[in-house]
Formats: sequence, C-alpha cells, structure tokens
Amino acid sequence: MRHLMSPLDFTTQELDRLFDLAGDIEHNLQKYAHACDGKILATCFYEPSTRTRLSFESAMTRLGGRVIGFSDAGSSSASKGESVSDTIRVISCYADICAMRHPKEGAPMVAMEHSLIPVINAGDGGHQHPTQTLTDLLTIRSLGGSLGGFTIGLCGDLKFGRTVHSLIHALVRYEDIRFLFISPEELRVPDYITEMLKSKNIPYEEVTSLEDVMPRLDMLYMTRVQKERFFNEEDYIRLKDFYILDMAKMELARPDMLVLHPLPRVNEISVEVDNDPRAAYFRQAQYGVYVRMALILTLLELT
Amino acid sequence: MLNVGKIEEGFVLDHIKAGKSLSLYDHLGLDKLDCTVAIIKNARSNKMGKKDILKVECDINMLDLDVLAYIDHNITVNVIKDGEIVDKKDLVLPRQIKDVIHCHNPRCITSIEQELPHIFYLADPAKEVYRCKYCEEKYTERSKNKK
Repeated sequence: MRHLMSPLDFTTQELDRLFDLAGDIEHNLQKYAHACDGKILATCFYEPSTRTRLSFESAMTRLGGRVIGFSDAGSSSASKGESVSDTIRVISCYADICAMRHPKEGAPMVAMEHSLIPVINAGDGGHQHPTQTLTDLLTIRSLGGSLGGFTIGLCGDLKFGRTVHSLIHALVRYEDIRFLFISPEELRVPDYITEMLKSKNIPYEEVTSLEDVMPRLDMLYMTRVQKERFFNEEDYIRLKDFYILDMAKMELARPDMLVLHPLPRVNEISVEVDNDPRAAYFRQAQYGVYVRMALILTLLELT
Repeated sequence: MLNVGKIEEGFVLDHIKAGKSLSLYDHLGLDKLDCTVAIIKNARSNKMGKKDILKVECDINMLDLDVLAYIDHNITVNVIKDGEIVDKKDLVLPRQIKDVIHCHNPRCITSIEQELPHIFYLADPAKEVYRCKYCEEKYTERSKNKK
C-alpha cells in the first residue's frame, strides 16, 4: 500500500506515469466516470481549506466515488482530544482512501503509520503540500511542454511558502532548470534550499526586483504572503504588498511566459492580468483536479 | 590521585568530554540498572587534557550504542571480560535516534500529541545534522543545550 506524504515519494518515472494518466483523464473524462464506483474518500481537514478540499471532492466525484469527511477540527473528534492515530484507525474502517490536512507538521505521517488505507497529505502546516506540487508540475508539463529546460522565477514569500519549497525540491530532479528567487530580504528562501542547490550545481539567483528579471523568465510562479505564517502582524502588513503583478510588468515579459499561482490570490496579481493568455493560474486549478484523480486511481491501484 | 578499581565484566567508556559523564549517565538510562557504576570526572588525559570516564559492571548488550554515538562518537568503548579488555567498539552516527532528543518546533505534531515518540533521522552525516522525522525541522545546538 502506498501513501503520498511528499512529492519526492514518487520517482520521476512514476510521476511521468501519473501525469500521463492525468493527461488521459483530461482528454477522456467520461472514460473515468465510473472508475471509483463503490469507493469512498475521507477528507479529514483539521483546518479550513476550500480549494484543496473541493478539488479532492471534485476528483473523487468525477471518478464515480463518494466522499465523507469534516472540514475543520471543531467538527471532528479532535475537539474532544482524540489523537490523529486513533482517528485514522477509525477512518480506515469507513473509507478506502483518506486525504488529510492538519495545521501541525507531520500529522499526516502519524496517520500514515497507523492507517489501513492510503493516506494523502493534503497540507501539513508550513511543511508539505504535495498535491499542490503535483498540480504545479502537471501544469508546467502540460502548458510549458516539458519538465526541464527553462528559467522559473519564484516570487513573493519564499521563506514560509511551503508550495515554493516543495516545488523547488521537485524541480531539481529535472534537467536544465534555472531558478530566480524574487523576494524581499526578510522572505528569502531558507538556507537549506540554497545549500542544496549549490551542492547540486543548479544555477540560482536571489533578487528583489521583479521588473528587472521579467524578460528572462519562461515561467513566473507568484505566491501570496500568508498572514497565518506570521507571528507578528506588523511584519505581515509591511510585506504583503511588496510585489503586485500588473499589466505594466507583464509588458516586460516574453510573449510565451506562463504565470502560475497556487491560489487563493489576494492582490499580488491584478485582476487585469487574468485575461492575458499567459495567465495560467485558473487552468492550474483545473489540472489540480486531474492530477488528484490520477493520484486517487494510482493509490487505489485502479489503473 | 583518586584510584578506582578494575571491573571484572562490563564496559568502560573512555575519552568522554570532561563534564559530560552525568548527562551520558542519564541518556543511557544507567540509573535504571541495578549494577555498579563509577563516574570519574575530570580525569587527567594526555590527549584531551581532562576527560570523564564511566565504568559500568553489566552486560554490553544493555548499552545503547546508538545513543552513545549520537552524543559523542569520539568516546572509546572498551568491553571488559575477566578483568581484561576483550573488544573495542567503534561508534558511528546512528541513522535514526528515538526519544533521545526532542523536537522543539511548536508547529510539529509532536508538540500536541504527547505519546508520540521523538524520532530524528541523520539528514547530513558530514555536518552531523539530524532532522525530526515528522516535521523535518533541523535539531540545532541551541535546542540541544535546552535538553
């Protein structure tokens, strides 16, 4: 039985197979409409998340399966003090697969250790969010043509942004990728990431100006400065508007550059950019459903 | 100079950093063993200037070498039988340690679920970096000193 805790749990060959399956789902949605008939997905969300939870629910529903679950800790037995390991033992009796989000880092791994069904980490604090990374990789592969041979700019909160950290770790396994880290000094990528890049001789630059590097980018991955990652409100207010992508900046970019964003966006991408053909973030959300469908099928061994 | 007699069967931990023998005593759980233990602090050493030594009269299998290696892999472990050294154990950094150090990341699941073991894995043998199995937070000297 396999689980998904980190995007690195799958080899690049396994990811290729997963993305091939997601591609087939995209073009032949009807073919998979009953692939999960009789199967149940449990969504155990200990903290609010509209997007990820609905994406999982949409994925399972499109596969013909059913969904049970809770969407905040208050409505679960966690509020009565039940441990994650006890909860998953019980959920294992009710469902065939579980997607878990938890504010504490490592909680889905605890669940995995005690589970009788596959567990998918749907986000654990500031640690991992592997299905977002799979979504990002599938989007890059589908819209960019391949996973490799490009310059990607990552912009915004690179210190606390778990999607950024996961994406970097996933991308370094592919050939010829150059990173441009665009952030204020206070929100730079952690040292362990730049050390890892150095050790692998992967080119990267750390800059503060988005305008300066726009012409060099094949892809721009924007992130939101997340209030919940700050202990200090003042720091959040000071940094939240540091980068705003608007049409003036888009004018500097290549005609085929892609703009990605894990969503939700607040104001870091102006709505005027939405109609630009290079804005790929809503298509990215669609790929999120396809990749979760492929993942559910793979973990349930229904491929 | 103080003299501590030979032991017949057990082990001698030599070249312990001066002053560290008591914390080793705790980590190895020697307080729970019903055997003779000699703690020698600040013994003269040609190599180290000062060193600590622990002499314990019990079966070597009762000693957790992984814990010892994590704390200080430069310690010499002499196995004693019939009053003589019969073996010297090499210490290598353990790939995983359990309940020796604790994760201090307030965002880690171990911070709220008290019954969970604190498991760390060796992430970088060259730099001797251990990371929490659950949250992958690096265990630092700063948090090591808190212990």
